[in-house]
Amino acid sequence: MIDYVVIPLVQIAILLVGVLTAVAYLVLLERKVQAWVQVRLGPMRVGPHGLLQPVADIVKLLVKEDITPARADKWIYTLAPIIVLVPALIVFAVIPFGQSVTLFGVSIPLYIADLNIGLLYIVAVASLGVYGTILGGWSSNSKYPLLASLRASAQLISYEVAVTMTLVSMILVAGSLSMVEIVEAQQAQGWWFVFLQPVAFFIYFVGGLAETNRAPFDLPEAEQELVGGFHTEYSGIRFALFFLAEYANMIVISAIATTIFWGGWLRPFPSVEFLAFLDWVPGWAWFIAKTMVFLYVFLWVRATLPRYRYDQLMRIGWKVLIPLAIANVIVTAAWKVLVAG
Amino acid sequence: MGEAIAFYSLAALILGLGLAVITARSTVYSVLFLVANFLCVAMLYVLLRAEFLAVIQVLVYAGGIVVLYLFVVMLVNLKRGPEDHADPRRRDRLGLAMAGLVFGQLLAVAIYAFWPSQATGGASATAARGIGNVEQVGHALYVEYLVPFEVASVLLLVAMIGAILLAKREL
Repeated sequence: MIDYVVIPLVQIAILLVGVLTAVAYLVLLERKVQAWVQVRLGPMRVGPHGLLQPVADIVKLLVKEDITPARADKWIYTLAPIIVLVPALIVFAVIPFGQSVTLFGVSIPLYIADLNIGLLYIVAVASLGVYGTILGGWSSNSKYPLLASLRASAQLISYEVAVTMTLVSMILVAGSLSMVEIVEAQQAQGWWFVFLQPVAFFIYFVGGLAETNRAPFDLPEAEQELVGGFHTEYSGIRFALFFLAEYANMIVISAIATTIFWGGWLRPFPSVEFLAFLDWVPGWAWFIAKTMVFLYVFLWVRATLPRYRYDQLMRIGWKVLIPLAIANVIVTAAWKVLVAG
Repeated sequence: MGEAIAFYSLAALILGLGLAVITARSTVYSVLFLVANFLCVAMLYVLLRAEFLAVIQVLVYAGGIVVLYLFVVMLVNLKRGPEDHADPRRRDRLGLAMAGLVFGQLLAVAIYAFWPSQATGGASATAARGIGNVEQVGHALYVEYLVPFEVASVLLLVAMIGAILLAKREL
């Protein structure tokens, strides 16, 4: 009873609270990083150095009037933000934050479920999020959101192909679809897989930027041409859900990159004996630290790179990344059969 | 017991959503009911311990193909009903013929399934092989049924090239 109901429920509650807090502070971090790059201070008024700004943001979003356009499709208009947010949150179920910790004599794994098809589950669930984007733009019954949602979904579908292809080559290297076993395979082989598959990591991260609609691929939200993207008509709490989903997806992409390519909860150089003192730092701390690095890169890229044009975006996706990803799969498979045996 | 409850409620949901797909007024709603239907079918696969199939069902159908349906439906924006044909009874007769065909097929499957000699052996054998397992699906696809698999992929390739030819007048 306790093992099957209470512990998972507590885990889920902690995870959700953790993720949502992380999202709130990621927004603050984004504003701060942007400000530092542009030699500004960023939010400074609420709390010391603006540390309570997320609280103020949440209150503002909750209190604002929630408007439904008169000619919008009410049901789908309400449903769309929910469809966007739910996949972004349930993906966290299979992400391993660490092996297991012992609390009060009970061994608790630091993941909610270790599915034998974990990686495929992530891809499948993530592919559902696009519905929210399409429907949100369509149901607003407004020009700019519709254009933006068409752009967003075309972009998402295009880059999904390349990202899934890189994951295929990672499955070949790891020999498993389970997230926990992929990390254990990195321990067994003595390498973080990023050193074996640098091309795959590059494609994955570029695809991740595109899938989360982040700069330099933020065409669906290009303010200069589309007002505000597919959620232009949304306000209040429903807008907040779209916002939450975008940042939760950034965390998902970073966490998956950490797990598959950068050794998950493993310390740096897991096979080097004399660095064993690094094990003093618990695994989940390594995991969170690595994930934070990727989140920072997301923000850094946004502050640095200009936006691509739409035709450039499609050309990069279809004519560069997808062929490169397919070639990577073929080379990996050949290597696996000929060299690794 | 719990499994039976889950199965029957899922089955009812699948049938209800299927009905909703064909009765919905708006095409976009129809597509959405179809997605919900596919998700319920995926849950049915999980119930059968075929996790791999379940995830593929979500990934390929719900996450891939129906998104394209939705694109088409949204862009075409069907406000008018289907065009009236010169012969109003034509659709009725066509529908009756199709329904008869489907009924005949279901009847044949039912007779085959309840035939005493073969039915039980086949069903338990597939269950024992554990179709949820990735390796076993891979083995079945790429070793046992390699030729049908390749033929199907060639068929898809032909369809793809045909679509490109139709879409681009001049290459």
